[in-house]
Amino acid sequence: MDSSPLLDVQGLCAGYGETKVLRGVELSVSPGEIVAVLGSNGVGKSTLNRTISGVVRARAGSIRFDGAAVEREKPSTIVARGLIHVPEGRRIFPNLSVRENLDLGSYRRATERRAANRNRVFTIFPRLYERQLQGAGTLSGGEQQMLAIGRGLMAEPRLLILDEPSLGLSPLLVEELFALIARINADGVSVLLVEQNVVQSLDVAHRAYIMADGKFVMSGTAADIRADPALKRTYLGL
Amino acid sequence: MLSPAILIPAILNGLLTGAVYALVALGLTLIYGVLHIINFAHGALLSVALFAAFFAYQALGLDPYLAIILLAPGFFAFGYGLQRFVIGPASHGDDRNMLLITLAIAIILENALLYAFRADTRTIDVPYAFETIDFGFTFLAVPRVIGFGAVFIVALLLWLIMGWTDIGKAIRAVAKEKLGAELVGIDVAHVYAVTFGLGTACVAIAACLLIPTYYLNPHVGNAFVLIAFTIVVLGGMGSVPGALVGGLVIGVIESLSGLILGESLGQIGIFLLFIAVLLVRPSGLFGARA
Repeated sequence: MDSSPLLDVQGLCAGYGETKVLRGVELSVSPGEIVAVLGSNGVGKSTLNRTISGVVRARAGSIRFDGAAVEREKPSTIVARGLIHVPEGRRIFPNLSVRENLDLGSYRRATERRAANRNRVFTIFPRLYERQLQGAGTLSGGEQQMLAIGRGLMAEPRLLILDEPSLGLSPLLVEELFALIARINADGVSVLLVEQNVVQSLDVAHRAYIMADGKFVMSGTAADIRADPALKRTYLGL
Repeated sequence: MLSPAILIPAILNGLLTGAVYALVALGLTLIYGVLHIINFAHGALLSVALFAAFFAYQALGLDPYLAIILLAPGFFAFGYGLQRFVIGPASHGDDRNMLLITLAIAIILENALLYAFRADTRTIDVPYAFETIDFGFTFLAVPRVIGFGAVFIVALLLWLIMGWTDIGKAIRAVAKEKLGAELVGIDVAHVYAVTFGLGTACVAIAACLLIPTYYLNPHVGNAFVLIAFTIVVLGGMGSVPGALVGGLVIGVIESLSGLILGESLGQIGIFLLFIAVLLVRPSGLFGARA
């Protein structure tokens, strides 16, 4: 995978008000890769995602997606390019039906293939098919996570950012989730997986970055990081 | 006791008046539900729309009901522009700023009307203003019946937009989950502006329905917005069905309390109800439980 990267982040700084959160992040994701970003709570993982997807403004540095600079673009433009962010906490539309949630997944992109993609999502998540007319706010936590991922898939992502997808899921569902991530990736979607669930993330990812205090302190192949006990102890608390 | 022969027409007339109240409230509740601000400019926009309908009739000879075709899209565009290019940018993402800016717009619009047209009260004379329809048991004024029908059509259209179009679904999505909406590529500034435009279009249509039987001056919109605000609280802040049902209820209450307390005291009933609702069910009839 030494082709030019799909996502290329250089020297990225961002924060809220006086608070600096990201302090010079360097990251790349190549086409077809699953890249994991690991780190404990509050080190800036979600801010990184929000900055990449344009919700939080970058203060310095560059974000290139598919060769184009996107660090000054609006979230809607970034979505249109195929960079889809499934946020932490799901952020589904509780007052809309399951089906309407999925339809809005293709609000900006792949709109003309909505019906076909909806059927594809229903094949992956039969549970959503059964509940398509139900209000999304009435779903269980696991079902809401399925809906959030399904909504992301509706836009035919080129790069899918998954922010803490395993949070709050039962161990069985977590198992299913990681199998699903591998399956989505096998269909040609690059994945940036941001997780606290270190062991399973390293099993599914090709490469991983370890984040601490707003920057990456380590990166390498998933196999190398898995084999480094000191690293895991220091930064991941294992 | 009051005989049914008096009571039933009073209730029917209340429903007809209430429908137009509901339309004004609909615009207010729509904007509140999505932007989470009380649009203080709503009354002033209604006054401007009444003047627009007035001059469409006086200068162009355009019947108020036909003027809807012109004024509804015109005021949609005006409302869209106000939110997109004035209220939104000037508020820098702070809801309190938005509130103050709508207040400023209200003051500017009202004073512009005062400057241009003075405080005189005006009316138009449409030939059908005093025509009635004989329903057998009662007579109802033609303009009010038309108004009721028009509000019904507007509510139906709005329901179709909200439920069946992408922009309608996007409006509902933004109302409850702004970040999620941004991340599926919904342009929130655009959705805010569309919502403000729809609310303003509601006001323009209400103006066209009112003007055949009502008067206008630069402050007239405020009286309606006070009632509309009561309706929004009664129906539940941000609830569209609440605004419709609330509008009809308020119309009937005004009509009945006018019957019992005398015409000039009719509005007392509305505000007594307003206080009662706040005491007993502050979230309103259709409001989400806190």
